Amino acid sequence: MADYKLIGHDYTTPEMLAKVTGQAKFSEDIRADGMLFCKLLLSPMPHARVLKIDASEALAMNGVAAILTPDDLPEVTVPPAGLTPFALTGWTERALTKEPLYEGEPILAVAAVDEVTAAEAIEKIKVDLEPLPFVIDPLDALRPDGPNGRTQGNVFVGHVGIDSKDIQALKWTAKDFGEVAAGRLPWDAKATVETSVGDVEAGLKQADLVLDETFFIQSTAHQVLEPRSTFAYWQNGKLYLYGSTQSMIRSVGPIARWVGIEPSQLVYISEYSGGGFGSKINSYPYVAIPALLSKKTNRPVMLRISREAENYIGRMRPGFQARIKMGFRKDGRVTAIDSFIIEDPGPYELTGQAEQAAQVASNSYQPLATRFRGIYVATNTPPKGAQRAPGLPQSVSMFEPLISKAARKLGLDQVEIRKINAPSSDSKFGVREPLQNLTSAYVREALDRGAELFKWQERKQRVSQRSGPKVRGIGVSVGSFTAGSVGYDGLLLVKPDGKLYIHQGIGNFGALAVMDTARVAAEFLGMPWKQCEVVWGSSGKHVPWSSNSGGSQTAHAHSRANYATALDLKRKLQEIAAQQMGGSPEAYEVDNGYVYRKDNTGSSLAFAKAAELAIKLGGKYDGHEVPQQVNALTKASVAALAGQGLIGVAKDEFPRKGATQGFVAGFAEVELDLETGVYRIVDYTAVADAGTVLHPRNLGGQILGGSVEGFGHITTRNMIYERQSGRLVSRRMYQIRPPSILDVPLEMNWDAVNIPDPQTPVGIKGVGEPPVGAAAGAVLCAISDALSRVDKDIIYRTPVRLDRVLAALGSGKIHDLLAAYA
Amino acid sequence: MAEIRDVIPAFELFQPNSVANALGLLDKYGQDAWVLAGGQDSFDWLKDRIKRPKVVVDLGAIEELKEIRSVGDGLEIGATTSLTEVARHSVVKQRYRVLAEAAENVASPLIRNQGTLGGNLSQDSRCWYYRAGWPCFRAGGDLCYADSPTGMNREHAILEASGCMTVNPSDTAPVLLVLDAKLVLRSRHGERVINAEDYFVGPVTDVRRLNSLQPGELLTAIRIPPTWAGAQFYFEKVRDRQVWDFALVSVAAAMRLSDRTIQHVQLAVNGVAARPLRLRAAEAALQGKGRTEQAAEAAAQIAVQGAEPLQHNGYKVTLMRNLIKRAVRGGAEATWAS
Repeated sequence: MADYKLIGHDYTTPEMLAKVTGQAKFSEDIRADGMLFCKLLLSPMPHARVLKIDASEALAMNGVAAILTPDDLPEVTVPPAGLTPFALTGWTERALTKEPLYEGEPILAVAAVDEVTAAEAIEKIKVDLEPLPFVIDPLDALRPDGPNGRTQGNVFVGHVGIDSKDIQALKWTAKDFGEVAAGRLPWDAKATVETSVGDVEAGLKQADLVLDETFFIQSTAHQVLEPRSTFAYWQNGKLYLYGSTQSMIRSVGPIARWVGIEPSQLVYISEYSGGGFGSKINSYPYVAIPALLSKKTNRPVMLRISREAENYIGRMRPGFQARIKMGFRKDGRVTAIDSFIIEDPGPYELTGQAEQAAQVASNSYQPLATRFRGIYVATNTPPKGAQRAPGLPQSVSMFEPLISKAARKLGLDQVEIRKINAPSSDSKFGVREPLQNLTSAYVREALDRGAELFKWQERKQRVSQRSGPKVRGIGVSVGSFTAGSVGYDGLLLVKPDGKLYIHQGIGNFGALAVMDTARVAAEFLGMPWKQCEVVWGSSGKHVPWSSNSGGSQTAHAHSRANYATALDLKRKLQEIAAQQMGGSPEAYEVDNGYVYRKDNTGSSLAFAKAAELAIKLGGKYDGHEVPQQVNALTKASVAALAGQGLIGVAKDEFPRKGATQGFVAGFAEVELDLETGVYRIVDYTAVADAGTVLHPRNLGGQILGGSVEGFGHITTRNMIYERQSGRLVSRRMYQIRPPSILDVPLEMNWDAVNIPDPQTPVGIKGVGEPPVGAAAGAVLCAISDALSRVDKDIIYRTPVRLDRVLAALGSGKIHDLLAAYA
Repeated sequence: MAEIRDVIPAFELFQPNSVANALGLLDKYGQDAWVLAGGQDSFDWLKDRIKRPKVVVDLGAIEELKEIRSVGDGLEIGATTSLTEVARHSVVKQRYRVLAEAAENVASPLIRNQGTLGGNLSQDSRCWYYRAGWPCFRAGGDLCYADSPTGMNREHAILEASGCMTVNPSDTAPVLLVLDAKLVLRSRHGERVINAEDYFVGPVTDVRRLNSLQPGELLTAIRIPPTWAGAQFYFEKVRDRQVWDFALVSVAAAMRLSDRTIQHVQLAVNGVAARPLRLRAAEAALQGKGRTEQAAEAAAQIAVQGAEPLQHNGYKVTLMRNLIKRAVRGGAEATWAS
């Protein structure tokens, strides 16, 4: 391991003080003279057509300024090629609609002098709605005479972000539903997607043990800490928009498109964001509402989103109904995985998480053959989307209990069976040809370290002893997910004040890569951290083109981009020094704010002086020339900064073979009360393979924070609908039940294997997502282990609330294994 | 007219400094007035714009309602005493530990700091249909959405349901039943003192209300007699989350033993019906019996007789039976290793 001064060391991130003292301004905190507040009219029906809007009474009220209806929205065109799937959210979905496709979809908005007036105005509006057929449970849409969620059909076909708005009709047979009634997904029913790698039939045939089970995995609302509130005003033809996003610069394009302006007309400010979990990757279509109302009224407009509305428009993770066949050899090796998964993406477009779930399984368990079949069924429930590790918690909720069950049947240790199947750095994965190579994988190392920390063997003995009505169980699980992208830009500026300004276009939403990856630039320039300023939070601050802040990409992508840019800046410092003090640029080194001669002649130049010289030199030194390969947006930012000092700008062009994947091994112990069905997670340990550790404290926060999110998937989080009306009945936090701090063990442990990924400079991989899956799987397996003490089967439906535990114990009946939103 | 479940509509706020002044306001404004104690139930209703009072009478400034004092050998707890204070009060802890435990199990530390004992007893139903403004029996309509073939009723009643399937959400109510507590109700026309059990009403009595407060009346104090002070107690609340969650089923017991024979026992449950239920038949079955697993089992069976679960709440029968067994057994099942 290299001897770093900043990388691998704890520090206090620059925005922390403002956050903990309440000085940080989130978009909802902004106030301006003459501002208006707007409120939304949400659809009371799961699917309807707006026939008529009569707002005359509302508009006649004192203090009401304007109404915004779907007719006021600009035409939105299909986005240009090259935009990521995430940017497509809102391609077919708009801020307001004349055909609401789910209860809670916004139909119109009213702006008034205050929220009390705006809310009263909403109540005075008459909207004539024609109810249309709707469906809540994907299986109902597949029934021979079942309703379709969209007028065009009931299933999405195609691929995420490419042609996913194509909708067709697909129905299963009455015979298929005979199986559903028996609690099994019909294996031979029609699917819309099928992919395979290797011969899955042969794989199952050569297995010594084949498990074949049906699962239900619930949908969960994101419910981020900060609702997606937005504040907007116009000045000199430019829109100034304050919003909450994950990806700062990557939100500019989508927002401009939703509002109907050019990206150059938008100044987007998002300095602090209270979490996104995938629901704010590139902002969201609703930003258009205050922007357009502000344009209409020529006054600043605030849209505050309520906690309840977050359930509707704030995105959810899609639920699954699935059947899995999994073959094992006697030694525990997985011979084949054959999955049939129904995803419920809501009404707008498929999320592809069904396939993603099969793909992460192909990575974590390395089956010799694999097949995936899937259907993406349109339902009239809120739109689903990426939620921290899309597909992963769903995947582990099916595969990890099956592996646990196989280990018990084959007499194998739970850690060992996972090590037998774990990928290594030369492994490949995927459910489609060609398979992807891994850049690195140290899963066995993580499992070994975790087993040691958790005292797995010792605990195994201890938990087998039973006392009173309580039993104990332990579980282990592997979570894997994408952990980095490549090819983005960095932008550094040394001003004559001698400081290093590190410009960051990624978002500041809690994961803190926006600060941590800046340290990489400082590290390789030998710059003391106290002389560095991170510049972030506004497109007006001239930031570089960046990766999306999602998919655990940023730590990897921007450690690379900032490393490349540090090399560029260092080279320029060396050149300036050589010009000033003679010799070749290679004769110079940088450290502590100085560029100096390596041969110890005492010749040195302060960065401050170099910045002055750069301005005199012009050209590439002060940003008047920009490398061709950087993004147009980076070029615009460099142009805006040109002449202010010495500029470093570069694109990450370092090679990478294969896909960067992060891994976490999770270990949980639960105590389960056989009389009440209540269980508690009493201990948890997670060990990450996230490459080089960049910021230990933040890494721990990501691992354990993600773990708690994973616990919630298994224990309590749920959404419940009334079928006849299609309306959501679990609207409040106490009804949808995310885990609280009192639901998790007081002390949890984490560690990292801390082995650099060989295919990225500095060796850093992302880690935001794998912990969610590792924790979900470990807890679910621990519950199964506890139930096995009294000879009970694994759990096939999440969340595992106490009524399900009592049912598993055979003392209570649970309604319908496969029913969605129950 | 469109519906919006956001922003509290404007109202006139009164903050009287005495019970007499508060009662005067309630008398004056009648049906237009809404009594606000800790607000943990009220603000939800107001923000959803479902309850729209013209006048809100905030009891927060009335000091006399916040006192806990000894009265004879018993205790009188002012109705707006916070749940945190109830849980921490030394006499409550020493003599009526079961009440401290129940108060400590309410919602979350933040809500217990703000929520009051009187509010915990008087809070409205948490049925998700009723709370979301669906026009059900309890809201003055003519059906129960929970009691339908598509009803989502995992958290609803298994006993005494008649039309409405709601359950009482209070954690402290079953405890007050087993402690023989009395409630002091005052109005401009005087004071009445009733048994805690008589405060709570099921749908047969009144489908629109969970308690017997009359218009213009205020719950001012909770009196706990010395009868059960220092007895053997048991309280357990089963819920999905360990914080900010209502009971799926809760049980409270007070017991006096002579050797191993049960001399006197009082048992109550909540979360299973629209009112907390004293389990007199089970109590009678235990009277004079040894504290055995057999006796516990028999009492538990008697208690769940007549239970009529809906599609999704059959587990409550198992849960109630097992909790009663544990209450009779006593001991530490409710405690966890973590």
